[in-house]
Amino acid sequence: MKRVYVNEQWCLGCHLCEYNCAFANSGMSDMVKALKDRNIFPRIRVEEGDSINFAVSCRHCDNPLCVKGCISGALSIENGVISIDSDKCVGCFTCVLSCPYGCISTSESGAVQKCELCTKNADGTPQCVAGCPNNAIVFEER
Amino acid sequence: MKYVVIGNATAAIGTVEGIRSVDQTGEIVLISSEPHFTYGRPLISYLLLGKTTEEKMNYRPANFYEKNHVTTMLGRTVVKIDKDAKAVVLENGETVSYDKVAICTGSRPFVPPMEGLDTVEDQTPFMTLDDAHRLADLLGDQKDKDVLIIGAGLIGLKCAEGILHLSKSLTIIDMAPRILPNVLDDYGSAFLQEYLEQLGMRFYLSDSVAKFTTPHHAVCKSGLELDFDVLVVAVGVRPNTQLAEEIGCDVNRGILVNSHSQTSVPDVYAAGDCTVSHDIAANVDRILAILPNAYQQGEVAGVNMAGGDKVFDCAFPMNASGFLGLHMITAGSYDGDAYVTKDDGVYKKLVVRDNKLVGFILIGDVDRGGIYTSLIRDQIPLDTIDFDLIREHPQLMAFAKSARAQKLAQPH
Amino acid sequence: MAIEYLYPQFEVLRNTDRCIACRVCERQCSEEVHHYDHDLKKMVSDESKCVCCHRCVSLCPTRALKITKTNHQFRENANWTGEVIQEVYRQAESGGTLLSSMGNPKDYPIYWDKILINASQVTNPSIDPLREPMEIRTYLGKKPNTIERDENGKIIPNLTPRLRLDIPVMFSAMSYGSISYNAHASLARASKAMGTFYNTGEGGLHEDFYQWGGNTIVQVASGRFGVEKDYLNAGAAVEIKIGQGAKPGIGGHLPGAKVAADISRTRMIPEGTDAISPAPHHDIYSIEDLRQLVFSLKEATAYKKPVIVKISAVHNVAAIASGIARSGADIIAIDGYRGGTGAAPTRIRDNVGIPIELALAAVDQRLRDEGIRDNVSIVVGGSIRNSADIVKAIALGADAVYIATAALLTLGCHLCRTCQKGKCNWGIATQRPELVKRLNPDIGSQRLMNLLNAWGHEIREMMGGMGINSIEALRGNRLMLRGIGLNEKELEILGIKHAGE
Repeated sequence: MKRVYVNEQWCLGCHLCEYNCAFANSGMSDMVKALKDRNIFPRIRVEEGDSINFAVSCRHCDNPLCVKGCISGALSIENGVISIDSDKCVGCFTCVLSCPYGCISTSESGAVQKCELCTKNADGTPQCVAGCPNNAIVFEER
Repeated sequence: MKYVVIGNATAAIGTVEGIRSVDQTGEIVLISSEPHFTYGRPLISYLLLGKTTEEKMNYRPANFYEKNHVTTMLGRTVVKIDKDAKAVVLENGETVSYDKVAICTGSRPFVPPMEGLDTVEDQTPFMTLDDAHRLADLLGDQKDKDVLIIGAGLIGLKCAEGILHLSKSLTIIDMAPRILPNVLDDYGSAFLQEYLEQLGMRFYLSDSVAKFTTPHHAVCKSGLELDFDVLVVAVGVRPNTQLAEEIGCDVNRGILVNSHSQTSVPDVYAAGDCTVSHDIAANVDRILAILPNAYQQGEVAGVNMAGGDKVFDCAFPMNASGFLGLHMITAGSYDGDAYVTKDDGVYKKLVVRDNKLVGFILIGDVDRGGIYTSLIRDQIPLDTIDFDLIREHPQLMAFAKSARAQKLAQPH
Repeated sequence: MAIEYLYPQFEVLRNTDRCIACRVCERQCSEEVHHYDHDLKKMVSDESKCVCCHRCVSLCPTRALKITKTNHQFRENANWTGEVIQEVYRQAESGGTLLSSMGNPKDYPIYWDKILINASQVTNPSIDPLREPMEIRTYLGKKPNTIERDENGKIIPNLTPRLRLDIPVMFSAMSYGSISYNAHASLARASKAMGTFYNTGEGGLHEDFYQWGGNTIVQVASGRFGVEKDYLNAGAAVEIKIGQGAKPGIGGHLPGAKVAADISRTRMIPEGTDAISPAPHHDIYSIEDLRQLVFSLKEATAYKKPVIVKISAVHNVAAIASGIARSGADIIAIDGYRGGTGAAPTRIRDNVGIPIELALAAVDQRLRDEGIRDNVSIVVGGSIRNSADIVKAIALGADAVYIATAALLTLGCHLCRTCQKGKCNWGIATQRPELVKRLNPDIGSQRLMNLLNAWGHEIREMMGGMGINSIEALRGNRLMLRGIGLNEKELEILGIKHAGE
C-alpha cells in the first residue's frame, strides 16, 4: 500500500506541507480564503532541530494502536487507510495517548483529526507530498 | 471450528476481529446479557453530556455482525460453562456448544454495605447504557436535582462530568483523601479538583456515607449531613470471574491468563476487565480495566483461538480522561524519579526508573503524548535517546537518526 | 554614521490580501529579507538585503510575492548610468575591487541572434525526425587522416582515445567549492543517464563521485588542486584549463572560509587555507611547455584518455588554437566572454575577451586553412543558451558545446549573480549544509535530463528541416547559416553570407 514516507535528508523545514494539508482539508477552493488570518490545524507537522527537519504524519500502521484503543469506534481502518469519523469522535484523546508517532491531534471541532491521505477531500492524493518542493516526503509503496 | 464469545463489549469485539483475521469461515456465536448492539461503554457519560447519541455510540458499524458472520444472542445470559461437554449453558437451560470459548464478561459495580442504602429509591450505578438511561430519567430536564455521587474515581468523575449541566448541585464523596487516586498523583489530583470545583462540583474527601437516614438524606462518618435527590454509586467494580472460577480456571481477583489470553483451562480464553494483566510499568500483576488493554487482549485471544500465534505482553495502565475542557492523559507507574513541569493550566510529570520512562502525567497540554507512551511500551533505554529534548515536549527528533528512519521511512 | 549613497536595488512587493503569513519566505531566505512581525501580525521585509533570487517568490503558496527593480533613479544619463554611478559609490566606500558572478551582462552584440538557420524546400527534401533516423551522436578527439589496412585489407583500428557523446552537449567545468555537492551529483547523474560528460572544474573530484568517472572530465588547472594519478585516471578525459571566459588572464581565489573539511580533502589542501589558482600555469610559457604537460598527462593516463585544452576566447585565439592543435591535445575547448563564473572581478568579466561566435569561426577557419582541423575537436562554451545556439555553433564549426549557466538555471539558479556571497538560496553556489540540501539531486538530475532531451528533440527538428540527418554533416556547414544585420567584416569573420544572398 502506498504511504507517505519521509526522506529526512531533503526536508528544508519550509512547512509548506502543513499549509497544503490545512488547505486541502479546508474544503475551500482558494488557499487565501481558507487560511488567511487563521490558526491552522494541519495533520502533518514539521519537527525542527539543529539543521534537521522532517514532517510527521500518520504512518497508517498495519497494527494501529489508535484504532484498537478508540473508545467510540470512530477510528477505523479501511483498505489500509486509518480514518476518523469526526461525527462519532467524542474527543477523549485515547488515540493521542496511544499513537507512538504523535500523529493524532486536536482540531477546531473538538474531535481529533489525523492524516487520511487526502482520501476524503477533493484532491484524492496527499497534498503535502504534491506540494513538497524537495521530495522530502513521498507517497509510494515500500 | 466453532467459537463462542461471552460478552459484547470491547474485549469481545476484539476477540471477534482477532478470530476473523485468521479464520474467515468458522462459526462465531456471541452471547451477551445486554440486549444492545455493541456500544462504546465509556461513552455513556458523553451521551449524557450530549457529545454523542445512542446511534453514534455503536462501537462498530451497523453491519458488523453480518459482515463478520457472527450469530448474536443478545439479552441472553450464560450461567455456566460445561467444559466437559464443551458447551455454555444459558439462563433457560439451553446450551451452545463450542470448540473454543472466550470469556469477556467485564466487571460489575461493587457496592459496599451502607446502612439504609436499600431505602434509597432514586439511585443507580454508572456502568451500562441502561444505567445512563435510568440516570437521565432520574435527573429529568429541569436542572432541579441535587446529586450525590459516591466515588471520585474515573467512573464517578466521568459521571459527574456528564451530568453537571443537568444537576442543580453535584456533590462527590470518597473515602480516599484525593480524587482519581488510581490515575493521578497528589498534585494532579489537587489540580483537577480545583478545576472541577471552579465548575461547580463539590468534593468531600476522606469521608464516606455512614448511613442513609431517609431516601434523600445521608449522614457521613465525619458527621457531615447531605441532602440529595439522586444518588450515584460509583465506588468501584469487581471482575465477573464466576464462570471461569466454576470450571477451575485460576483466578486471583481476576481471571489469570497468559500472554496468549489463555486461561488455565484448555480451549477457554479470557480477555478484558475480568482478567489480570501483567503491568510492565510497575512490574506487578493487576487488573487493568482499561479499554485499549481489553481490545488487545481480546484480539490476541481471537487470533490464538483461531490457530494463529499472537502475543500481548505490554500491558500497563493508561488513561485519557478529559473533564469539561481540561484534557489529561496518563500512563504507567509513578514510582521513580520525577521530572515535573508546572505552568499556568499545565501540569507535566515524567517518571523515570532504571533508565526507562515508566510513567507520565500530562494535564492541560497533551499534544503528541503518545510518544511518551511509546517509550513506556517499548521500554526504550533513555540513554539511547535525547532525553533532555524529549522532556521539553514529545518529539521524534529525540530519537537517533536510524530510529527515526525506522519510524518514518518504513512501513509499519 | 556614514551617509548611505546607495538605494536598494529591488523592491519586495507583497500582496497583503494574499499573504497568509505562512512564513515560508522567511524560512527560505538566507539573506534574511523577510520576517514576521508579531506586533503587526504580518510579514515585513528588508529589501536592502534582497538579491532578487526568487526563492521566496517560487515557494510562496499563494503567489503573494513579487520582486521588482526599484524605479528609484539617479540623475543618470547615457554615459553616467545608474549602474556606473553606483559602482563609483561602492568603490568609494569599500576601496576594493568590484566582484560579481555569472557571465558578462553587458549589451554587446549576441551573434547567435544575428544568425539564421536554413531549411529545405522542394529541391532537397527535409527529413521528418519522427519517421527517419537522425544521428546526433558525436565523438570528440583526433580524427585520422588516413586509413591503414593490414595485408588482408582489414582496417587497422588505430584510433586515439575519444569521447562518445550521445548528444553534442557537455556540462562545463564548475568546481566542487564553487558549486555544491548536490549540484555536482545532479550533473554527474544526468551525464551518465544522457551519455555525456560533466567537468570537475579545478576543485578535484569528491570521493563519492568516482562512481561516475566514466562520465567525468577531470580538470588540471593552475592551482593543480586535487590532482594525482587516481584523479587523472578516474575521469574519461583530462582537461587542462588555461583560461576561463569570464575572467581571461587572471587566476582564482577560493577564500579559506569556504575550504571546509570536505572541500579541503577533495582539493588536497589544508582546511581553512585560501585556495589560490595562479593566473598562468607556472610551468607553461610556450606551446612547447603546453605540449610537455599534455604528454605528461597522457603518460600518467597510459594514453587512454583524450586531453582537452581549455582557453578563453581572446583576441588572437586562432593562432593560439593553432598552437594547441599541434601540441598533442585531442580537443580544444574555447570559452567565450559571456561564460559564467562563481566570482570574478567585474571589470574583467565585463571588458575582457571576445564573443564565442567570432572566436569559433576564426579558429575553425584557421585550423582548416592550416590543414590541421582533424587534429582536434572543438568544443565551445560561453553562453550557449538553447538548442538553436547549438545548431549554429556546430554549423560554424564546433564539434560540441559546453553549457553551464543553462545547467544552473535548470537546477534553480535565477541569475541573481551573487554566487560570491556563498549564500545561494537554491543550494547551488553554496557550501552551507542547510542550503545545499535544498537541491535534491533526484530532482536536479531529472530536470537536467529533461532539458537535454528537449534540446535533443529540437536539434533533430532543425537538422531535419535542413535535410541533414547526421550531426557530423552539419559540422562546419556554414552554408546553412545566414547573417542578419551584420556588417561585411562580421560576415567575413563568421564566414557566412548575409540573409538574402
